[in-house]
Amino acid sequence: MNTIEAPSKMETKSTKTTERVTGADAVVRILLQEGVDLVFGYPGGAIMPVYDSLYDYQDKIHHVLARHEQGATHAAQGYARASGKVGVCLATSGPGATNLITGLADAQIDSTPMVCITGQVPSALLGSDAFQETDVIGISMPVTKWNTQVTRAEEIPEALAKAFYIAKSGRPGPVLVDITKDAQFQEFDFNYEKCTGLRSYVPVPELDQTKVQEAADLINNAERPYILFGQGVILGNAEKEFKTFIEKTGIPSAWTIMGLSALETDHPLNVGMLGMHGNYGPNLLTNECDVLIAIGMRFDDRVTGNLDKYAKQAKVIHLEIDPAEIDKNVNTDVAVLGDCKESLTELTKLVEPKSHDKWLQRFRDCDAMEQEKVIQNELHPTTDLLSMGEVIRIINEKTNGDAILVTDVGQHQMVACRYTKFNQSKSNITSGGLGTMGFGLPAGLGAALGAPDRTVVTVIGDGGLQMTIQEFATIYQTRAKVKVLLLNNEFLGMVRQWQQLFFDKRYSATEMINPDFQTIAKGYHIPTNKVTERDKLDEAITEFINHDGAYFLEVMVGKENNVFPMVPSGSGVAEIRLE
Amino acid sequence: MEKREFTITAYTENTVGLLHRITIIFTKRKINIESITASESEMENIYRFTIAVTETEELVGKVVKQIEKLVEVHKAAYFKKEEVVQQELALYKLATESLTNGLEVERIVREHSARFLTIEKNFVVIEKAGYRREAFALFDELKPFGIKEFVLSGRVAVSRAEHGIGAEVRELLQAETNT
Ligand SMILES: Cc1ncc(C[n+]2csc(CCOP(=O)(O)OP(=O)(O)O)c2C)c(N)n1
Ligand SMILES: [Mg+2]
Repeated sequence: MNTIEAPSKMETKSTKTTERVTGADAVVRILLQEGVDLVFGYPGGAIMPVYDSLYDYQDKIHHVLARHEQGATHAAQGYARASGKVGVCLATSGPGATNLITGLADAQIDSTPMVCITGQVPSALLGSDAFQETDVIGISMPVTKWNTQVTRAEEIPEALAKAFYIAKSGRPGPVLVDITKDAQFQEFDFNYEKCTGLRSYVPVPELDQTKVQEAADLINNAERPYILFGQGVILGNAEKEFKTFIEKTGIPSAWTIMGLSALETDHPLNVGMLGMHGNYGPNLLTNECDVLIAIGMRFDDRVTGNLDKYAKQAKVIHLEIDPAEIDKNVNTDVAVLGDCKESLTELTKLVEPKSHDKWLQRFRDCDAMEQEKVIQNELHPTTDLLSMGEVIRIINEKTNGDAILVTDVGQHQMVACRYTKFNQSKSNITSGGLGTMGFGLPAGLGAALGAPDRTVVTVIGDGGLQMTIQEFATIYQTRAKVKVLLLNNEFLGMVRQWQQLFFDKRYSATEMINPDFQTIAKGYHIPTNKVTERDKLDEAITEFINHDGAYFLEVMVGKENNVFPMVPSGSGVAEIRLE
Repeated sequence: MEKREFTITAYTENTVGLLHRITIIFTKRKINIESITASESEMENIYRFTIAVTETEELVGKVVKQIEKLVEVHKAAYFKKEEVVQQELALYKLATESLTNGLEVERIVREHSARFLTIEKNFVVIEKAGYRREAFALFDELKPFGIKEFVLSGRVAVSRAEHGIGAEVRELLQAETNT
């Protein structure tokens, strides 16, 4: 088969001034034309020509030298999610490229726009097991939205134009462009036009007004309607439209972990968090609503629990940009395909103004129960042991809900997401779909660089910190003002909790004899503090938040504390346990 | 839900690696692909994949959406057995001796509506187009005569619908050239 590339619609305002440059130089010029001023990466043999070109553009593109390519990917993710821009990563062939895989998988499952550019062995050596050759196209295919290999310099502009377009359009995602070293050295006549469309690709399905009407009819006749919102609201920049819609309809709204911060915490219709460690009411009442309206969320199993016991009584409306999500996990009665900024606007026109006070009261009653059984104790513990929740409570008091929260994965992640207060969107950055330990430190660094005017707090466990701890060096080198909070329970806490509850307390390989994190942070020249007593906590957190620059705060918390409520895996959402 | 025979058709761009991207979707769900073919379609530069699977309709529906989601896929759809006209091509290589010891092989070939593709000094090649089970029925009858090689092409199929999804692809391409 001959290879005919998908022809792309190119911008027509042709400033057709071609110039002779090398492939490597073209890469850097294209980054500039795509508005990139910050890239994350790690050099090596096969990408050296691109790094050499970057040297000429240091005033225009800042390169952040991560200390591991995985760190570079998570930093790019944090950057993308805090700034709304595309995160860009550079890596060399072979081990450099394989180190990108975890970050690509994370970005793929959490729909984060990212462009990774890898160097590859010279084209003449492809397939020969050359030094540092890996089939990165093959390896990355299951974890990218799109990828391509370039073996001639003149292919670079079209490949990168498509890469940026695909990464950020429709449902965003990571893409990878693999460029052989000879293509980077080759000279060619350079001319760049951005990609604005591909004939085989429909990023945003056209809105079907009849579906909007059907959805409105269901909503207008509902007695106990209930909204579940996800990251789609944030990715679609539809926070305002979303709020207008819920305020007009008076429908209680709960968030997935990826939708967190799309609606401010204190909004009267924000009833809390869905899922395994979500709030009591939002889980329990999923099985009592009569119309379930899912907006930009994908019914992950951590949200639904056992599907056979999930919302069977409800009519389901699904507002979604990706047709493959419709009926994937939960069968839909009305699917409204499209960009939710548009579909919510249209839907708002057709729904009747209402309030659902009695129904909303059900959520408040559940909340009161949860307050009494779980929250009060977590935020104001009566034992000597410090709790994760009280640390987060004090952080809220100091930041007033204006900070960006980045989290790693584990108990601390659940506690931080449950209790952190948010006033504005794009403020929660976590590894939701993949649950990648090691995400927090680099993502925090990336978020601090992507939103330099905001306070960024990254909350990490003692397990996850050690997975990407080398990125303290990157934090030091970039002077990123990220506040690193270690909630140290000397355990792989989340796994230990499962062992306690479901494996007879057989703590197999979860206790950790840890290094002295204080010394380590000091070694990286990061100001640090450690708290073991409650009476030191407030002051330590004040210093932590107010310090102008990166800071490492370690808080020793109860070793065997658990996160509740909990929907045990395999159970239905209504079987949520408060203790 | 019961597993049944389905044919999946996808109209695509012709790009390196797309076959791999498509098969990943099946691998992820541990679905066995019975056959897969890629070829030109009725439209210039548009390629067409034909994939044969035995699965539940529910799963096939989900897989088809995930195929269509791929950036370089224009349209994908699935068809039940009765919704397509399908064929496979089988080749059987036998020793020429099998013909010289009586008329049996020629009779079998005739009865199965197969034909001799070539008769060489040492071997003959018989060709049979039809359903998979017909190809195997012929195989069983020829077996006593010593089959030196056997190969089956994998399913190709066109839909019985007047236009099929090709028409939708053509419309998309038309809309594209008009803008
Ligand atoms: C890379 C990776 N490996 C393993 C896991 C499984 N896992 C999930 S939570 C967890 C424990 C995390 O421990 P820690 O970082 O100390 O956080 P804690 O739960 O104690 O707050 C583990 C091992 C994972 N999510 N990611
Ligand atoms: Mg821990």
